[in-house]
Amino acid sequence: MSSEPLIQAVGLRKTFGDFTAVDGIDVEVAPGESFGFLGPNGAGKTSTMKIIGCTSPASGGTIRILGMDPATEASRIKARLGVVPQEDALDADLTVFENLLVYGRYFGLPRATVRARADELLEFAQLVDKRDEIVEKLSGGMKRRLTIARGLINTPQIVLLDEPTTGLDPQARHILWDRLFRLKREGVTLVLTTHYMDEAEQLCDRLVVMDKGRIVAEGSPRALIAEHASREVLELRFDVTDHAERAGDVAGIGRVEVLADRLLLYVENGDDALEAVTARGAHPMSSLVRRASLEDVFLRLTGRSLIE
Amino acid sequence: MTATARTEVGTAVDRPSGGWRAVLAYWMAVYKRVWKGTIISSLLAPLAYLAGMGIGLGSLIDSGGRTAVEGVSYLAFVATGLLAAQAMQTGVGEATFPVMGAIKWHHTYEAMLATPLRVQDLVRGHVVYVSIRLAITTGVFAAVALALGAMSGWGVLAAVVLAILGGLAFAMPVYLYSCRVRSEQGYNVLSRFIIMPLFLFSGTFFPISQLPAWLQVLGWISPLTHAGALTRAAALGPASPFALGLGDYLLHIGYLLLWAVAGYLLGVRALRSRMEA
Repeated sequence: MSSEPLIQAVGLRKTFGDFTAVDGIDVEVAPGESFGFLGPNGAGKTSTMKIIGCTSPASGGTIRILGMDPATEASRIKARLGVVPQEDALDADLTVFENLLVYGRYFGLPRATVRARADELLEFAQLVDKRDEIVEKLSGGMKRRLTIARGLINTPQIVLLDEPTTGLDPQARHILWDRLFRLKREGVTLVLTTHYMDEAEQLCDRLVVMDKGRIVAEGSPRALIAEHASREVLELRFDVTDHAERAGDVAGIGRVEVLADRLLLYVENGDDALEAVTARGAHPMSSLVRRASLEDVFLRLTGRSLIE
Repeated sequence: MTATARTEVGTAVDRPSGGWRAVLAYWMAVYKRVWKGTIISSLLAPLAYLAGMGIGLGSLIDSGGRTAVEGVSYLAFVATGLLAAQAMQTGVGEATFPVMGAIKWHHTYEAMLATPLRVQDLVRGHVVYVSIRLAITTGVFAAVALALGAMSGWGVLAAVVLAILGGLAFAMPVYLYSCRVRSEQGYNVLSRFIIMPLFLFSGTFFPISQLPAWLQVLGWISPLTHAGALTRAAALGPASPFALGLGDYLLHIGYLLLWAVAGYLLGVRALRSRMEA
């Protein structure tokens, strides 16, 4: 019973007039799982999230969330979801605490319950000393944490996070990731979208890579990297305007990707590969050996970078 | 017995929702932060009209022991009309920028609809909030008018209630407009080409019988004409030349209800299609 998927979509589609935002995707999310939609802007991630959040009806296919149909039981599903939208949508004129109180009442929760829960969540979001501050005065990272706290006011089973750290500085991102880890450890199912590969690697047990409304790959971050990339990547920069000219110099050492400003060599051992490159008399301006990432997976699958 | 109790508990747990009351609580929380400013600003304009038109112009009109309309001072005439006009302004005001803000700028409605709240809860909560705002502004205005001697008697209480209805007859169609309009430029059109002319030609400052016939037609379409007729009749009492019979009361009230209810129903539909897009 507990292994029943919390979210199950088959052939899910979303169209806006002639434009197809989501083009027949199949998704299953298990209880306690941390599941990600990775893809560039416009891949259909947000449209998919809105269907799961029951705020936008699917144009085709079937979807069940917590065993229910969004078309007929949207309110019941929403009562058990926590939603963290891309824009914070906080009430800027109200205090931090008031934001939580007002939002808790949307769920019809008793006042005393909401107050107690709000205090717990301030602790969780590390905003206790900002309790009576007007929201407008908070930093971007604090607003994001408050938005997450607000999304947890109804003790949801599934938390939907749309681009949770977009626009935050590195330190604020790490604080946020840490909070989300804690939620995950508590057994909350997380569903998130991101166009940051490091975020997907950090947070997701399993993810799908989306491009142009379709799923192009699915698996754990590690499995995806193993399947679609190599163990290591050698990055080479040459003193040329078009790196395609130098692709021939390194052919045969590993699979080559040509980017605007560098060459990528997908190899088992980066240092050995670099030796082989220099042995051929090719002298790059700079070189870098790193582990393969989801960025490489995306590049392999679509021929494009995640972040344009 | 046990089964019933369980069903009730089950229902409460399965479908908890704050409903329109939670939406009202949101608007009231915001209003609590700004109410002082709104009382002053929403009273200044009508008080200026009351002083300038009612007392200033009134002293000219009511000279030599005659009054503009038999037995009714111009001040009393204008004050009872302004009560309805002020409700119109408040109703329109609360259905324009706050609604566009909730839809477009602050994503308030988006956040609300991520919870069990439904579109109709959002609209109902707003209707009740606007009604409270109308009660406050018309109530304060009536109190000031009473103190200035521009109105008197218990009929004023009925006039306030009727003014609130008139305010809703504007607020709901304008709410519908807010759900459809894409930018605040649309409000310039609304205020210059609809609200301002209605303010002038709906019998607030002079009876619409003074207007040319074609403008009288406009006057009778305007909900403000009907709201003004009602507030005037109620506040000035059965002895005044503006008194209405029961049938007239029902006609005017029915006409205002038509605008309010149609605006509400179409507003729910418009908001739903706007938020699902």
